[in-house]
Amino acid sequence: MSAREATQLAMEMAERRSPLITGGNDFATVTDKICSLVEKPHPPRAWFIAFGVSLAMTGVLFAMIGYLLLRGIGVWGLNSPVGWGFDITNFVFWVGIGHAGTLISAILFLFRQKWRTSINRFAESMTIFAVICAGMFPAIHVGRVWFIWFVFPLPNQNLVWPNFRSPLLWDVFAVGTYMTVSLLFWYMGMLPDLATLRDRAKTKARSFIYGALSLGWRGSNRQWHRYEVAYLLLAALATPLVLSVHSVVSFDFAASQVPGWHTTIFPPYFVAGAIFSGFAMVMTLIIPARQFFGLKDIITMRHLENMAKIILLTGSMVALAYATEIFIAWYGGNPIERFTFMNRALGPYAWAYSIMMTCNVLVPQIFWFRWARRNLWLMMIVSILVNVGMWFERFVIIVSSLSRDYLPAAWGYFKPTAIDLLTLAGSFGLFFTLFLLFIRYLPMVAMAEVRSVMPQAGLEHGGHRGQGDYHGDIPAQHEETGA
Amino acid sequence: MSGHGHESRVAQGPQRSREPSPFGLAARFDSVDTFLKACERVRDAGYRRWDAYAPYPVHGLNDAMGIRHTRLPLVVLGAGITGAGGALLLQWWMNAHNYPLIVSGKPFFSLPANIPIMFELTILLSALATFIGMLAFNNLPMLHHPVVNSPSFDRVTTDRFLIVIETRDLAFDESRTRALLEAASGAEIAWVED
Repeated sequence: MSAREATQLAMEMAERRSPLITGGNDFATVTDKICSLVEKPHPPRAWFIAFGVSLAMTGVLFAMIGYLLLRGIGVWGLNSPVGWGFDITNFVFWVGIGHAGTLISAILFLFRQKWRTSINRFAESMTIFAVICAGMFPAIHVGRVWFIWFVFPLPNQNLVWPNFRSPLLWDVFAVGTYMTVSLLFWYMGMLPDLATLRDRAKTKARSFIYGALSLGWRGSNRQWHRYEVAYLLLAALATPLVLSVHSVVSFDFAASQVPGWHTTIFPPYFVAGAIFSGFAMVMTLIIPARQFFGLKDIITMRHLENMAKIILLTGSMVALAYATEIFIAWYGGNPIERFTFMNRALGPYAWAYSIMMTCNVLVPQIFWFRWARRNLWLMMIVSILVNVGMWFERFVIIVSSLSRDYLPAAWGYFKPTAIDLLTLAGSFGLFFTLFLLFIRYLPMVAMAEVRSVMPQAGLEHGGHRGQGDYHGDIPAQHEETGA
Repeated sequence: MSGHGHESRVAQGPQRSREPSPFGLAARFDSVDTFLKACERVRDAGYRRWDAYAPYPVHGLNDAMGIRHTRLPLVVLGAGITGAGGALLLQWWMNAHNYPLIVSGKPFFSLPANIPIMFELTILLSALATFIGMLAFNNLPMLHHPVVNSPSFDRVTTDRFLIVIETRDLAFDESRTRALLEAASGAEIAWVED
């Protein structure tokens, strides 16, 4: 098949798919729809109710942290041998949530998946807020928070430096880098949209604030040219980074000697699980948002269906990892390892294990059916269950392994206290508070990127002129030269 | 870093009058196709100090404008190498030289244990260089630019396309430039005040 025929075929197949933006929108109507959400003088009442509840929960979080600082980590259900409980479970859970944002913004960009443009801003914001929630837990789990600066290689009165062989220190660098790069990617991607808000501003205050935030972006092609190179570079840097972050998080466990933690499968298994839970969280957030804010033309059923497919794929990868772990525990012939896995499934934490298995392995399999991928209520329920399951996965890995290791005389049982539960609930409060502020004050869809995949961008005639649908060079049009 | 790189050429040009003159001549376009063709005509007419404004990155526009590759990737490469080298040096100096630490009876210095942090700092410095470099090459943050005085500019970040040819350009000639933009079917041609 010649290149021309291949292009022809690809274009015919693309035509058979439903368009990315529906409802006869053009650049102006899409811009209006997204900007008006930010420009309305008063948000809908539902926003105020949600914000009030989230803010109250954030208050609970800070009260719990304050209590922890006064009394020490004994207020949690930790004991010997279970020294890591909800704190590290929540940390791994929230970092994992963030990963889908980077997958959508960076990896799908490198693969030229143009459907990402409608949801990438949303997902990137989720990443930032999830990483904020995550970063809090390792900081407070040390108990004496005023010594947390010991993790940084700073000169100190003990004249000793951090131990760079420790995966816990690698984690500090990995999560810190991840937060910084995600923030840069998010902010840089938002510059053109902030400029749109600036140019539409009706009041002096809005014009000043969005003008300052957009840093004087003009949309000139000499700027776009460098912006696009920078965007591609950041995507190329964020892609290995996101894979490394959860790998390094998994080293916290895998590099130890605890049975159930000391396995080589952890890095890929953690990364797949992270993307799985993150996509579920995007879905949980985006279904109500598109409903409430009338974004059904921009975030279409096709977008949701694609997300459901990725949840099915990564859920199946997680299931494969579980099966591999169990197989190796049996086949490897290590009696301690074998006991650990029997203990997970049948021991005192069997209840948590069965929640994890049901939610992560069985529930997403419903997405094999097309009707399930197009049923909003069902998608909402599945996505919430997946996140419940993924939270329990981390709980099972951390707590069940620690509670029964080599020495039966030293076994214990971890039971969360009210402080544990309220801190977890409070972290959701912080996450939703930040998210609600974001959808109120910042453009929640990447408008400039959405424009580039719309028919107005000239996608329908050869030589594609949209950022997301670039298949080759523009045919030469130099015959007619001016003046 | 100016983004144009033709200052020398302008400086050698004939002496210009000191009177305040408009910043340039702007033509608005409503569709991307006429806009792209118009850019090619402006490029082929030999203009150097001009720019094209679009609400999204238009593919093919770099060629149509004759923009050359940016040096940004080189800057990022330099930052990445600095990150990797700096991380290695940091870990060696801290754990093997300044205060040698014995951990699990391992050597004071061994490369494999240092790789994760080298990787993270490579990414961190490269990403910071990408962002700061993009802003610096684009002369951002910028408080004010004359093009915002153009009557069509407010719609450029929504759905309009704009070509602005600066009066400082050596090839600029009021009637000829206006005729070119008209021939390229610019919808509205107007002066941009400085």
